[in-house]
Amino acid sequence: MELPFALLLFLVLIPLLSGLLLPLLAGNDPEKIKTFTLGITVINFFMSLLLLVGYDFSNSAEYGLVFNTEWFSSLGLTFSFGVDSISIWLILLTTFLMPIVILGSYSAVTERVREFYIWLLLLEAAMIGVFVSTNVIFFYICFEFTLIPMYFLIGIYGSSDRLKAARVFFLYTFTGSMLTFAGIIYMAWCNVAAGGMWDFSFAALSTAHQNMSDSQQLWVMLAMLAGFAVKVPIFPVHTWLPLAHTEAPTSGSVVLAGVLLKLGTYALIRIAIPMLPKAALAVAPMMGVAAIIGIVYAALICWRQKDIKKLVAYSSVSHLGFCVLGMFAINVQGLSGSVMYMINHGLSTGALFLLIGMVYERYHTREMAQLNGLAKVMPIWASFMVFFAMASVGLPGLNGFVGEFLTLLGSFNSILMGPVYAAIAGTGLIFGAIYILYMVGKVVWGPLKLPDGHDDHASGGAPGGHHVTDLNRREIAVLIPLAVACLWLGLYPNCMLKTLDAPSQAIVDRVGIEGHEQPIRPMLHHVQNTLQTHPAQLTVLDDTPSTDIATAQLPGVHQ
Amino acid sequence: MSELYVKIMEIRPEIIMLIGACCCLMVGLHRSAEIRKLTVAVAVLTLVFAGFYNAWQTLDSDHPWTLASFTKMAVCVVGVLLLSFASGLPDKLKMSRDAESHPEKFDPGNVMRGEFYAFFLFSLTGVMLCGGANDLVWLFLALELTSLPTYVMVATGRDNIKANESGIKYFFLGALAAAIFLYGFALIYGATGVTNFDQIRECIAVTGVTPLFTLGIVLSIVGIGFKIAAFPMHFYTADVYEGAPTPVTAFLAFVPKTAGFVSLILVLTLTSKTNFRMGNPEELQIYISLPNTVQAVLWVMAALTMTIGNVMGLMQTNVKRILAYSSVAHSGYMLVGLLGISSCVAGVTSTNGAAGVMFYLIAYALGNMAAFAVLACLERNGDEATDLDDLAGLSARKPMLAALMLLANLSLIGLPPMVGFAGKIYMFSAAVNAGFVGLVIIAVVNSAISAVYYLRIVNACYFKKADASQTELVPTRNRVMVALAGAVLAVYLGLAGNELARITNQATIANLFNGKIVRQVLQDYPQAMGGEQTAWNIEKNNP
Repeated sequence: MELPFALLLFLVLIPLLSGLLLPLLAGNDPEKIKTFTLGITVINFFMSLLLLVGYDFSNSAEYGLVFNTEWFSSLGLTFSFGVDSISIWLILLTTFLMPIVILGSYSAVTERVREFYIWLLLLEAAMIGVFVSTNVIFFYICFEFTLIPMYFLIGIYGSSDRLKAARVFFLYTFTGSMLTFAGIIYMAWCNVAAGGMWDFSFAALSTAHQNMSDSQQLWVMLAMLAGFAVKVPIFPVHTWLPLAHTEAPTSGSVVLAGVLLKLGTYALIRIAIPMLPKAALAVAPMMGVAAIIGIVYAALICWRQKDIKKLVAYSSVSHLGFCVLGMFAINVQGLSGSVMYMINHGLSTGALFLLIGMVYERYHTREMAQLNGLAKVMPIWASFMVFFAMASVGLPGLNGFVGEFLTLLGSFNSILMGPVYAAIAGTGLIFGAIYILYMVGKVVWGPLKLPDGHDDHASGGAPGGHHVTDLNRREIAVLIPLAVACLWLGLYPNCMLKTLDAPSQAIVDRVGIEGHEQPIRPMLHHVQNTLQTHPAQLTVLDDTPSTDIATAQLPGVHQ
Repeated sequence: MSELYVKIMEIRPEIIMLIGACCCLMVGLHRSAEIRKLTVAVAVLTLVFAGFYNAWQTLDSDHPWTLASFTKMAVCVVGVLLLSFASGLPDKLKMSRDAESHPEKFDPGNVMRGEFYAFFLFSLTGVMLCGGANDLVWLFLALELTSLPTYVMVATGRDNIKANESGIKYFFLGALAAAIFLYGFALIYGATGVTNFDQIRECIAVTGVTPLFTLGIVLSIVGIGFKIAAFPMHFYTADVYEGAPTPVTAFLAFVPKTAGFVSLILVLTLTSKTNFRMGNPEELQIYISLPNTVQAVLWVMAALTMTIGNVMGLMQTNVKRILAYSSVAHSGYMLVGLLGISSCVAGVTSTNGAAGVMFYLIAYALGNMAAFAVLACLERNGDEATDLDDLAGLSARKPMLAALMLLANLSLIGLPPMVGFAGKIYMFSAAVNAGFVGLVIIAVVNSAISAVYYLRIVNACYFKKADASQTELVPTRNRVMVALAGAVLAVYLGLAGNELARITNQATIANLFNGKIVRQVLQDYPQAMGGEQTAWNIEKNNP
C-alpha cells in the first residue's frame, strides 16, 4: 500500500488544530469536549495504524514518507518530515496512549476542563512532531514545545506541591536543552566552516562529524547530553522526575512516563549517537556506568518509598537506565532492545500510573501505610495491578521481559561494556522484582486496611466515608487495550523486533563498530580494549595487567 | 543634482514625520475640544503615510532594502502599534482633565496632548534619521533627536512623583551618555580629520587603525550603550521603566534601543575591514573582520549586560522592573549578535549578525509590546497596577489577556516556535560563525535563567488564585488590539519570518562591506561566493 506523505502532516496537524480550535469546535460543555477530544485522538490512532500496516519495512534503514517545505530557508531551517521504523513505533505508542489517557481522566478533571484537553492535544501534536521531524531545529522546536503543555498540566491540575514541581520541571529541562541548542548550532557551523551551507537537516548534520575533531565532538556530545540526559533522565540529573511525577495529575504522569521521557532516549538514539560517532564511543562506557548507577540506585530508593506513585516514578529512572545501557552498548541487540524497552516501559508504567490514579480517586491517598489488601474490595483492580506489575518487572511472556533481556544481552556482548556491566545491571532486575512485589504484596494482598473514613466500607459504606466500588466499565475499557498490548508484545515481540534490526544496524554501521556476534571476552580483554579505545582513562587504570593480551583494534575507532 | 538635493530626497519620509509632528502641536492646542481630540488621528495618519511613502519609495525604485529604508519601515510599523498603545494617555492625566473640564476655560498650559504626540513623532523621526546617517554629526543629531523627546515623555505623568524622578534620572544620565559618545565621535574626527563615514573608512584604510581611533570607537560604543541599556550604562533602566507610564515604557524599550543598535552597526562598520579568502571547496569568500580591541569590548559588554540583566531580573517583584531588566538582558543577546558581524561572509545569511540584530529588534519589540499592553490593562485605584500579585488569576478573569501574556513571555524566553527563537538562531549562528562559542554558551545559559522570571509572570496569570484585591481590569480596545497584534505577529513571524530574515540581510549587507574592495575582488574573481549579490546591493545603494 502506497502511503501519502501527507499522512505524517495530518498526524501532527489534526491534534494541533483541534487543540487550538477546541473552543470553536466543541463549545464549553465538558461532556462534549471530552467526547470530541477522545474522537480526535482515536482518529489519530487509526491513522498511525495505517503507518504500521502500510509502511514498507523492508527498507527501514532509510526514511520513508519524506516531505520538506520551506521555513527559514536562508538560515537553513526547513520543516522536514520522515519516518523510519523506530519513529513509527514511537508514534504508535503516542497515539495509542493518548485516547487511553483521555478516557482515563474523564472523572479526574472537573475544573478548567477545556483547557486541560487543549493542553493534552497540543502535547500530542508536539510529541508526534518530535518523532516525525528530520530537521534538527524542527525536532528541537517540538522537543521544547512539549514543556509548555506539561508545565500547565502539572501546574494547574497537579496535587499539593504542583507549582514547585511545574517550575522545577520546566527550568531543569529548559536549562539543559538550551545547552543542546548551542551544541546544535555549533555542529551546523562545523559544516559551514568546512565550506558547506547552513543546513540543519539530519542528512547534513550526519556528515558534520567528518569536519570535527575528537575534542569538538566530545564537547558537542556533552552539550547534547545536557539536554537529552535530563529529559531521559539519566543519573545524576534525574532529580526533577520524582517531584514532577508525584505532583502531576494521573494523565500527566502517564504521558510523562509513557512518551515524554522517550523523547530523551529517542533524541540520543537519533541525534547524539549517530551524528557524533566518535564521541558516542568515547562516552559509551561512562554512560553505561551512569545508567547502571541509575538502575541500582533508583531501585534501592524505590524499595524505601512509602508513596506508591513515587515508587513507580523512581522505577522509571531505574527502567530507563536499562534503555540507556542498551543504546550505548552500540550493537544491534542493545539498540533494538532499547527501542523495544521504550515502548514497553511506556505501556506498563503508563498502566501502573493509571491504576494508582484510580485508587487515588477513590481513597485520596497514595500512602502504602494506609492502603492494604485492596484485593478484597477491588478484585478487578487488583488483578490488573498484579498483571502490570509483572509486566513492569519483566516476567517472561509479558512485554517487559524482551526489552530487558535484549539490553542486558547487548551490554554483555558489547566491546564497549561487557559482562560486568550486564551483571551489575542485572541486579537491578532483582531489586526491581523486590520493590514491585513488596509494593504489590502490601497494597494488593494482606489484611484489608483503608484510610480513615473508608474503614467501614465492608459494611457497605458509612457516614462520612465514600462508598468505594471496584473499577467501572470505563476504567476497565482503559486498561484492557494496555493489557492486550503488553501480552501481544510479550508473546510475539518479533513483529516489532524484526523491523528494528535495519535501523539499529544502520546506527551501528555509522558509529563504525561491529555489532554482530561479538565473542564473549574475558574481563581483562575487555578492559584492555577499553584502554586502547580511550587512552584518556589510561592514567587511571594504568596498573591493570595488560602485557600478555592481544589487543584487537576496534574497527572504525582509529580511522 | 547637488549632494544636498540627493540627501533631501532620501529623507522625505522623515520630512513627512516632522510636518506631521508640527501639525500635532497645533491641533493639540486648537480652541475646539472636538478638534483637539483628533491629535491622535493626525499622528497615526502621519505615521501611516510616512510608512507607505517609504515602502513605495523602496519597492518602486530598483533600490533593494537598505539599513535606512528598513529602519524607517520598522519604525513606522512598530510606531503605529506603539502609538495606538499610547493613545489616550495624555487625556487621562489629572491635570489635563482639569484643564479641559470646562469647554469655555481651556488652559493650554496644562494640556499635554499636542506635545506628547508631537514628541512621539519627533523621537521616531530621530530613529529614522539614524538609519540613513553617513556622517558623525548627522548620527549624533539623529541620536539626540531620538532621546530628547523621550526625556519629556517619561515625565508625562507629572502628578506622579515616580514619573518626575525617572524623568530627571533619565535626562541627566542621558546627557552624560551623550557627552561620552560625542567625545568618542570627536576622537574619531581627531584621528582621521573627517566626519563622513566613507571618508573615515578611506582614511583608516590608509593609516590603519590607530589607538586614538580605537579609543574613539570604544567611547562611542560605551556611550551608545546608554540607548540600548547595556552595561555599564544600564543603571537607569529599572527606575525609569518603572516610573514612566506603561505605554511610554514600551516606547523606551523599542525606540532608543533601535536607534542605539542601528548606530552601533554604523559605528562598527567604520572599523570593519573587508577581506577575502579562499573557502573550501575552492570558492572565494568575501568577509569582514573587526579589530580585536573592539571585539573584546563588545564581548565583555555582552557577557556582563545579559548576566546582570537576568540576575537582577530574578530579584524583582514588579512586572515593569522585571521587563526592564529583561530589556537589559535582551540588549546583551543582541550584542552577541552584533559581534557576529566579524567574519560575516557575503552571501551567507546566517553569518550576518547585524541582520540578526535587526531581526531580533523586531522580535523583541513584538513580545515586549504585547506584554506591556496586557500589563497596562490592569489598574488599581486609577493607578497602574504592576505587581506580580496584581496579575494573579488573570486567566480566570480574562483568558484572552492571559493567553496573550503567555505568548508574549514565551517569545521573550525564546521558546520555539515563537519569533524570539528564530531571532536567537539567527544571532547565535552568526556569533558561532565568528568564533564566539563561549559567549554563545553564556547567552544560552542566560536564556535559561531568564525563563525563571518570565515563568513567574505566567505563573501569576495562570496558577495563582485571584484574591479579592482591588485590581481592576480595564482592557481598552486599543490595548487589547496592540497585545493581540504583538502576540499574533510573534507567532506568525516565528513560523514564516523567512522573508524578514532575507530583507534584514539585504538591508545591512551594503553597509557592512566596503564597496570598493568588493568590486575590486569581483573583477578578479567574478565567481566569488555571494559577491554578485553584495556588489549589486552596494552598487544600487551607492549610485
